[in-house]
Amino acid sequence: MADNQGVLICGEVVEGKITTVTKELINTGRRLGDNLNQPLSVLLIGKNIEEIAQEAIFLGADRVYTVDGVPFPESNPERYAAIMVKVCRQTAPSIILLGQTDMGRDIAPRLAARLGATICMDCVELAIEARLLLQTKPVYGGNATAVWISADYQPQVVTMRPRVVAPAEPDTSRKGEIAPLSIDVDDSMIKGKLLETVKEEVKGIKLEEAKVIVAGGGGIGGSEGFQLLQELAQVLSGTIGVSRVPCDEGWMPISIEIGQTGHIVNPNLYIAVGISGAIQHMAGCSGSKCIVAINKDPEAHIFKEADFGVVGDYRQALPLLIEKCKALLAI
Amino acid sequence: MNTIVCIKQILDPEILPEKFRLDAESKRVIPPEGILPVINPYDVQAVELALRLKDKHGGKITVGTVGSAAVASMVKHALAMGADEGVILADEVFEGSDSFAIAYILTKAIQKIGDYELVLCGRQAADWDEGLVGSIIADNLGLPLVTLAEAVDVDGGELRVKRVTLDGYQVLAIPTPAVVTVSNEVGQPRLPSGWGIIDAARKQVPVWSAGDIGVDPSQVGASATRRKLVKLFIPARQRKSEIIQGKDTAEASVKLATRLREAKVI
Repeated sequence: MADNQGVLICGEVVEGKITTVTKELINTGRRLGDNLNQPLSVLLIGKNIEEIAQEAIFLGADRVYTVDGVPFPESNPERYAAIMVKVCRQTAPSIILLGQTDMGRDIAPRLAARLGATICMDCVELAIEARLLLQTKPVYGGNATAVWISADYQPQVVTMRPRVVAPAEPDTSRKGEIAPLSIDVDDSMIKGKLLETVKEEVKGIKLEEAKVIVAGGGGIGGSEGFQLLQELAQVLSGTIGVSRVPCDEGWMPISIEIGQTGHIVNPNLYIAVGISGAIQHMAGCSGSKCIVAINKDPEAHIFKEADFGVVGDYRQALPLLIEKCKALLAI
Repeated sequence: MNTIVCIKQILDPEILPEKFRLDAESKRVIPPEGILPVINPYDVQAVELALRLKDKHGGKITVGTVGSAAVASMVKHALAMGADEGVILADEVFEGSDSFAIAYILTKAIQKIGDYELVLCGRQAADWDEGLVGSIIADNLGLPLVTLAEAVDVDGGELRVKRVTLDGYQVLAIPTPAVVTVSNEVGQPRLPSGWGIIDAARKQVPVWSAGDIGVDPSQVGASATRRKLVKLFIPARQRKSEIIQGKDTAEASVKLATRLREAKVI
């Protein structure tokens, strides 16, 4: 596939909307397309997606391929991958961009394997240099950063970490083409069945949208301690999250885990309480504008990753922090 | 249920960032002295999941890894946990292989082992953090794949796989043989028992070369990689790391609130 051209984004549609991650990808893809002087296409799989296809054009796409099908969370991943493989073969892009999301993690490797492509997962930066795609990604849990190029292979599949780039403002004067594709998948080739998809509702503000996150780790010592964190979060109009230990210990649900394998967040303020600062956890919150560490171990690594630190027991620190914040915010 | 588990030896991911070193010139990570390599934690969880299936349904567990003979202690650990057999895939032509080549080598080994219903791999290796090998093996073998599993059970002739998602889970049914990648939600892996260690010490771990498993040397190694590493560096940390001082925790906490207000983050 030496004649591959253009950037194709495998977009995601959830509850009839283009996801934020897809909007971020369109922004990145637009820049790559401009640098290469090649078109940017977006693939959307869903039901009744004409209107959101138009939105993808306003956000920067030259062409939107729409496929009538089941969105990823309700789809058998094998079937979803089969659709994507067909679209990629038909449209022959040079760069295939996915988010490092539930979908991207599962589908991108299948796609690369099937297409004989190159692949780089979880990139935080993509750039064009001498017409080659430079793929930058954190490795060793964030201890190091690696940059790859693939000069001789086409296409190149890359997944991009969420919330590294903001979406562009929609430009309603932008023009583009909407191209519905009819893709037939031979269902006899699909061997597995998706039996159910269960969403565990998290009360309150979503972690990805929170401006303030109060996160607890192993130092909290049990589920009761999270009451104090909850109280601080409430005062600051934020929400709570956790590192690995409270999930492994069963103190808190895994649905609020922040880290490389959980949620990736970038609030204005991230207050890490009783968290040692393991690199896998920091990978999930290092994009925060301000990081505060509260830990009784003065040697804890988290202090090196924080803007402000208080050395001490959270049971003593939080009640006073809550009280003073209330006073400052006149609550 | 006969299971093959693919494992990888890596630098201990719990290493403190200040001990982490690399050589930018050769683009290699330098393992610090005194820190022993470990089995990729996600792979240990894959071994644990295989053992849970064996506890319930019987069968044989074979552990395979690509590496030099030095990885024998990794395989022995898995045997001591309760795996039945191990095999090391070692050949100088494997040096510098990328995920596609590693998956190809493992595919060839899996085909030689033969008799299996399930192949398990960790969801990703905690060094390069890609999460590719299991998926490529499935594609090579033309087998159904479920990624990020936290539990697997047998239901009739099928597997029931519970798959982790960001905000919940999915349940999939797949026929065997199949490939499943395993996530950390599996929970604590068991420690080897005393008898397990003695048993494992007695077991021979064969070493298979490229020729033994029919690997084409032109498809593996550094010259066959699909992408080139052009740069490897330690990112700069930019945080202020200001420790708020006070006569006690209470005073420091009150000052913290004021500093956050000044910094306009609350």
